[in-house]
Amino acid sequence: MVQYPDGRLDASFAALSDATRRAVLERLGRGDASISDLAEAFHMTLTGMRKHVGVLEHAELVTTEKVGRVRTCRLGPRRLEDETAWIEQQRRLWDARFDVLEQVVAERRWEERNDGHPKRN
Amino acid sequence: MDTRSATEATTTMNRTTIERTSEQELVVTRTIDGPRDVVFEAWTNAELFRQWWVPKSIGVKLLSCEVDARVGGGYRLTFDNGTDEPMAFFGRYLEVSPPTRLVWTNEEGDEGMVVTTVTFEDHGAGTRLVVHDRYPSKEALDAAIASGATGWHAETFDQLDELLVKRGTSTRA
Repeated sequence: MVQYPDGRLDASFAALSDATRRAVLERLGRGDASISDLAEAFHMTLTGMRKHVGVLEHAELVTTEKVGRVRTCRLGPRRLEDETAWIEQQRRLWDARFDVLEQVVAERRWEERNDGHPKRN
Repeated sequence: MDTRSATEATTTMNRTTIERTSEQELVVTRTIDGPRDVVFEAWTNAELFRQWWVPKSIGVKLLSCEVDARVGGGYRLTFDNGTDEPMAFFGRYLEVSPPTRLVWTNEEGDEGMVVTTVTFEDHGAGTRLVVHDRYPSKEALDAAIASGATGWHAETFDQLDELLVKRGTSTRA
């Protein structure tokens, strides 16, 4: 089993448990944006958006940089690690799916034999 | 606890492998016990498809499943993921060539259309499945990864682990 260092995955999942924050990550996947861009895009106050970005920043999913009066947000350093974790999650999902598919196929073949239908080959 | 490491599991015969083969492609492979025509049917017959596409262990409930596996036909799946809004996955079939090849679109995303191609090959008495997802851009696949596109949570995967361990000890050699 893949082991994750102390609670960092928890921070990621907590950050990702909120639909707005997931949407913010999707938005930043398309390009960097300022807090006010994001607040406007999601019809939120600046304060509300700052809180969401703060949670994402804590989980290292987002980094921010202040230039002059504008704070720019971009996807953070967790991206590569996230890729490994995500791909492993996908593999487990498919593995579980395929295990059930194999059972479904076995049952189907059994039914075909017992219905007396010739096997279609 | 399962003592096999994830790496060992992926290299074991018949097990599921997954690889990001390019900036915008993801490929999943697995050999399934059973002949191609029956395996193909399990992907295209709604009654069969709904039995395996959403394993019980992942903790989301399939609410509806419509599959019209003809070129130009569509599919639509809805899930209860514990929120107010059911999740919907939908698209249409671009190619349906029994029992060798199935191509469909995934149109629910905001990042543009993902195209899934599944090929079915004879492999001994079994069927070799290759599931190829092509994202519209590197950015689209990165965004899917960043947002945990499936919406599954850590607890769900713990449950899934338990199930796989059970399966591993009960049916796997």
